[in-house]
Parts: sequence; structure tokens; C-alpha cells
Amino acid sequence: MQALSFAVHIPLVCFGIALPAIVLFVEWLHLRTGDPIYLTLARRWTRIMAALFAVGVITGTILSFEMGMLWPGFMARFGSVFGLGFAIEGFSFFLEAIFIGVYVYGWGRLSPRAHLLSGLPIVLAGMAGSLMVISVNAWMQHPSGFHYSGGHVSDVHPLAALFGNSFLWNELVHMYLAGFIVTGFLLATPYALKRLRGTWGRYERTAFAIPVAVAAVVSPVQVLVGDWAARDVATEQPTKLAALEGLAHTTRGAPEHLLGWYADGRVKFGIAIPKLLSLLAFHDPNATVQGLDAVPAAQRPPVNIERISFQLMVAIGTGLALLGAWFLLAAWRRRSLPASHWFYLAATAAGPLSVVALIAGWVVTEVGRQPWVVYHVMTTSEAVTNAGGIPVGYGLLAATYVLVAGAVAWVLRRLAAAPLKLAPQAVAGSPGGS
Amino acid sequence: MHLYLLPILFVLAGLALYVVLGGADFGAGLWQLATLASPRREEEAEERAERIREHAHHAMGPVWEANHVWLVFVLTVTWTAYPQAFGAIASTLAAPLLLAALGVVARGAAYALRAGGRDRRELARIDTIFALASLLTPFALGATLGAIVSERVPPGNAAGQLFSSWLTPTSLLVGVLAVALSAYLAAVYLAADAAREGQAELVEAFRVRALLAAAVAGALAVAGLFVLHGDAHRVYHRLLDGPGLAGLAVSVAAGLATVGLVLARRFEAARGSAALAVSGMVAGWALAQQPYVLHGLTLRAAAAPHETLVLVVVATIAGATILFPSLGLLFGLTLRGRFDTGAEHRAPSEAPARSDGRAQGALSPLRAGLRTRLALAALLAGVGLLTVAEAPWAHGVGVACLFAAMIVGFLALDPARLAAGAPGAGEESAGGPPGGG
Repeated sequence: MQALSFAVHIPLVCFGIALPAIVLFVEWLHLRTGDPIYLTLARRWTRIMAALFAVGVITGTILSFEMGMLWPGFMARFGSVFGLGFAIEGFSFFLEAIFIGVYVYGWGRLSPRAHLLSGLPIVLAGMAGSLMVISVNAWMQHPSGFHYSGGHVSDVHPLAALFGNSFLWNELVHMYLAGFIVTGFLLATPYALKRLRGTWGRYERTAFAIPVAVAAVVSPVQVLVGDWAARDVATEQPTKLAALEGLAHTTRGAPEHLLGWYADGRVKFGIAIPKLLSLLAFHDPNATVQGLDAVPAAQRPPVNIERISFQLMVAIGTGLALLGAWFLLAAWRRRSLPASHWFYLAATAAGPLSVVALIAGWVVTEVGRQPWVVYHVMTTSEAVTNAGGIPVGYGLLAATYVLVAGAVAWVLRRLAAAPLKLAPQAVAGSPGGS
Repeated sequence: MHLYLLPILFVLAGLALYVVLGGADFGAGLWQLATLASPRREEEAEERAERIREHAHHAMGPVWEANHVWLVFVLTVTWTAYPQAFGAIASTLAAPLLLAALGVVARGAAYALRAGGRDRRELARIDTIFALASLLTPFALGATLGAIVSERVPPGNAAGQLFSSWLTPTSLLVGVLAVALSAYLAAVYLAADAAREGQAELVEAFRVRALLAAAVAGALAVAGLFVLHGDAHRVYHRLLDGPGLAGLAVSVAAGLATVGLVLARRFEAARGSAALAVSGMVAGWALAQQPYVLHGLTLRAAAAPHETLVLVVVATIAGATILFPSLGLLFGLTLRGRFDTGAEHRAPSEAPARSDGRAQGALSPLRAGLRTRLALAALLAGVGLLTVAEAPWAHGVGVACLFAAMIVGFLALDPARLAAGAPGAGEESAGGPPGGG
């Protein structure tokens, strides 16, 4: 159930991280140039931001309910260790809510400079919030900062638990960049569609170029960061790596398998590239990679879910990086947007695909941790609630989310359909430079 | 003063603020429900009902998200500082909490939907969802609280009854009381907002509603004492002849004062006293309930280890120093009417159009080449430090380099200029309005 809520919440988080920054950039462009096109864009995107944030608030609230409703064992035992991260996250959420209120309702009611400034805390609070949430997740992956014996937690050091953790940094950077990639491509998708349908005025070009430029700069870097994260997983969570790669036995100079299906201790129908896994994971083609057989069968995560999600994420991520590189190349060589029809087809697909990659990536970290909720300390079954009726609640919540998703789609269509309603107003306001 | 008491004070303060601010929000939704439910034939009455709904919607627009984050604050501090109590409450009372959660989802979704609503019928339908959810959520949260008051939540993972723990007289009473209080607070606040905007008709409408709701909430509170006597005897005693009496007295006095102020049309003062009445109720309950937080579990036993408590207190105080000025800004702007309809053109947030050569790209073209080279250099350094080097410090510097590469690279791209330039293989620039000047 919580998985469902997270899957709904995560894409919204991406918008929370990246959209304010992009909107602010556009508003700043308007202030620099006085060009009303940027004002139109910024106001249009502000409405999207407000609608998505409203939904983000509710999914976020639901998550905090669920923490206790579903994982009472986990909360009761470890709340004192990691809860601080959420308490601080609560504050940044708060700041975000406050300044979104000021920003959204401040259009046309605050001076331009004050309005631009009121948007800055949203960006900062988004950063702080993701830092906190990911610090908790990183702690679950790589727990420290407490002493645990016989079901009791003692000697608790929350600061060390949350921030003295090598996992935090690669997870944080990976997630933060993912936020910009998803927002960039998804925001550009409707404008790429317009290009395919033949509407390609300066408004559409600008609305397309800005988010895609963000995603294009970020997505190649994400490949590097992902590689860094994978190397950390290799040293700290070898079982997860083994599941990702479907490596049954501890192997020296392990091969990398592309595609295929894991069954009976090996990858079937896959393409094996000799020694690549050892090279990628440890920068040494002959390094030993620990296999699944290093832990008892009960402590292994579901291998095929892991492998498929991982390969999906890597494949889409690489594709997005190539798309970004295409954009960069065109910009560098010809100082213009790519002209090829194919680019816009790909860009249309990139938005939804980036969400798929995002969710696949989240499955990789979370399912890869199974059967542990706190890695090597507490299993998921120890943490889950004893209360009955979970399926009923699950069904109710799932139905609600389907409704909400439909509603969001509807409202976004409506917002996008309102044809440049703001433009005439913006134009009417600008002559005379008042 | 013991350290383990400090976080509960924060939690209670947060709870009081949530009841007051979030409650006023729920109440606004309830008054929308009232206009939707009463059958109407004439066009004029329909329009009047719509004005009431619009007023209620607009009054909470800028602040509702902030109002509801108080609940998140209450939950996070509780689970950090009193993890055992939180685990027990949330698992035993999963059913009412799920109801509250569904209400929160429906409310937020309806709120977001309203932005896309086009005609009157659509808006009325969206408002109905919103209003029903505004009824469900405070009731469910009140019922949750009622189960804690009547001490039906034993410590442990879902150790209490899933349904009979909260389908009790106390829970029902607190739930209904929560709804009534929400309606009362909202009516007072909406009357004050209408008075500020000078809408005489709406002032009267909400003044009558405030008085009605005050009478109902007062009657419920008195009836509640009898219910507590039968169902939650320990709390009843500590409330009437124990430490809870002070809170109760403040609540009663402030409640009566509010009625007087509303009668005298001093709405801004009534805002404060109405909030005080509700806060007094929360304080009275807390004093009556302590030293136990759950059945047989004292607050001291439920508290987290020392270092966690210290950090929670420090984080809360540090957070509050940032939070309260920001909240002050938001409410200051809202209450001074800066976000009212009609205030829009007081300060147009449009920059003057420039007619110099910078109208299309914001950055000067000369340095674009330099930026590209800088970005490439930072990228190379980042790859070297992050991917090739092994030391953790090198990874840190590498990430910093990569961020620099991305930012400088983005500026070098200057997407606004790309878009302004040759229009790809498309049509003439017809979609956007022409540049300034």
C-alpha cells in the first residue's frame, strides 16, 4: 500500500524539486528582457505547479499517516533514530507550502522583484526536503548511529545515523538530478506534440527549449552519477548487486548480462559480456563479485523484478542521455533547436519514459533491500502492522488514487487547453513600460 | 521541567494550531456543503449560494496548504519523540485514520480540480466533493482523538480493537464536536474576511452562521461532559476537579467572549478569542490526560532516548525561527487583503519592456563560447574525480564540478535564444506575442 502511495508521490516530488527552479528562471528572463512571452509561460507553469503541489501535499500527508498505520513495528522501534529527518522535512514542507501560497497568489499583487524573491524559498525548501527524506531512506539502506540488541535500540545518535552515511550522497544526487530530468522532459512533452502537429510559433519553441535544455544538460551527468551509485551498492549491498545482475555464484571476473530472464541460478536468453560487471562495479576486470549464494535463500530479494527494473532504468536513462546529447550537439553546431522530425517524436516519448525510469529506479532501491526494511537489522515482516483489513484499505486507496490521477490528468488538460489566455492580458499590460 | 515534556508541548501547540487553522478550512468546506444541500429554485438564491461558496473558496486559497501542514508537523514530531505511542495509535486506529486520509485526498484533489473547472455545474460538483470530504476528515480525526481520550489504545502493534476502539460514545462525541468547532471557527473567520472586503451581505450571512454554530458547539461541549463521565471517567475527573479545569475555564470564557464580539460585530477580535477557546479545550484535555498518553503507558516511558529528544527540540526551535516569520508574512499579506480579488492591479508584476538589443535572450552572446568551454572543463574534472578517482573527498568535489558543469552548460545553451532564433523546420512565429519594444 505504501508502495502505491510512493509511486504516486515520487513524480510529484520531482516537480516539487525542479519546477519552481524552472519557473523562476523564466520569470527572471521576463524581468531581464521585459518580453511578455516569458511572463505568459511563467504564469502558465505556475498554475501547473500549484495544482501539482496541492496533490503533492495530500499524497505527502497520506504517506505520513501510512508510516504509522502500516509499519508500527518499524516506527515504534526506530522512530527515535530516523524520525528527526522527517521532523525537519516537515518544516521544509511547511516553508514550501507557505511560499507557494505567497508566490501563486502574489502574481500581479506583489512587486516583480518581491515576487521573484518569494519563489526562492520554494526551491531551497525543495532541496532541503529531499535531503531529509533521502537521508532516512539511505539510513534504511545502510543503517548506523545506534546500537541494536534483543529488539531494543540503545545508544542512539540521530545525526550520525542520518548524515554520517556514505549512501546519502549518491542517492541524494541521483534523485535530485532525476527530478530535473523528469520535470524537464515531461514539461516539454506537450510542446513536442504541438511541433508534431504543426504548431511551432515562438511561444511553443521557447516553452519546449527551456525544459528540454534543463533535461539535456542533466541527463548525461545522471549516467555518471548512476555509475557512482552502483559502485557504492557493489561495496555496501553486494546481495542487491547480485540480484540486479542475476549473479548466482560468487565469481571472479564476472560477466554482465543484458536482457534475459533469471531462472535456476543463471540468466537465460541473455547476452553476456565477459568481465564487464567486475569492471563496472570495481574498476577491475578481474575483481571478485559476490553472488546470491553468499546469503541464505530467504535473504535474497526477488531477482527478476530487480533485474528487469534495473535494466529498464539503465536503458531509458541511456536513451535520455543520448537524446540530451543530440540536443546539445544541435545547439552547439548550429545554434538552433534540432530540426529532425525524429527528435520531436523521441522528445514526446521521453516524458512518460522518464517517469517509467524513475519508478523502475525506485523499485531497484526498495525491492533490492528486501526482505529487510532496515538493512540487515529488521525484516519487513517484523515491521508491518498486525491489524487486519489491509486488503480493504488497499483497495479503497487504490481506487482513490485512480480517481485522483484521472482528475489530475483532466485538470492539466484543461490548463493546457486554455489557449494562451494570459497572453493578451500580458501584452495589454506592457506597452508604455508601466 | 523534564526534557521529555518539551516535544509534547510542541505537539500540542501544533495540534491547537491545526484545530484552529485547519479547522477553519474544514469549516469553510462545510458551509459550502450547507449551500449545496438546501434545495433552491430561484435564480437569485442560486447566485447568492454561489457567492457564499466563492467567498469560502477564495478566503482559504492562499493559506490552506500551510494550514494542513500542521498535521504533518504533529505526526512527525510525535513519531520521533514518542515512537512507541505513535506506533500503537496508528496501528490500532488504522480505520479512522484511513477515513481521514481518504478525506484529505479528496479535499486536495477537489481543490486542485477547481483550477480547471469551467462552468457553474462543474464547479458545483467539485465543491460537493470538497465539502463532503471537509465533513469526513475532521470527524475521523476527532474519533481518533476520542479513542485516545477514552484510553482504548493499548501499547503495542495493533493491540487494540480495529472498530470497537473508536466506535464509542466518546469518539462519536469528539468527532461531531470537531465538525461543529470547524464550522464555528470558519463562520467567524469568513465573517471577518467579508467585513474586510466590505461585502455587507456576506458579513450578515456568516454572522448568523457563527452564532448558530457557537450554540451547537457549546451544547455539544456540555453534552460531552456527561459522555465523558460515563465513558472516560479518569479524564472526566481530572478535567473537572483536576489540572484540566484551568484549560476548561479559559475555553468557556473565551467562547462566551467570542459570542459577545460577534454580536457586537467586532470580527477581528473574535478571530483571536475563537482561537483561544479552541486552544483552551486542547490544553484542558492534555492536562486531564497526563501523565498517561495511552492506557498504562506514561509519557515518560513512551519518550525517545535523550539525544533524540535534544535534537528534536533544537530542530523544532530552529525551524520555528524560520517558520514563524514566513507564516507571519503569508498571513500578513492575506489578512491585509493583498490577495483579495481586485487587489490584482495594485502592483503589476510585469517588468517594463526593454527596447535595447537584449529583448530576445537575456544573456550577452559574447560570453557564450567562454561558458561552453568552462562547462566542458568542469565536466571533465567531474568525470575524473567521480568516476576514476576512489577517495570519498574526490567524489564530493567531483559532484560539485558536475553541478557547476550543468549550471554553466545550461547558461551557455541559453535556450531562450535558441528558441528565438531560426524556427527549426516549422512555421512563422505566430503563436507568441511579439517581443517588447
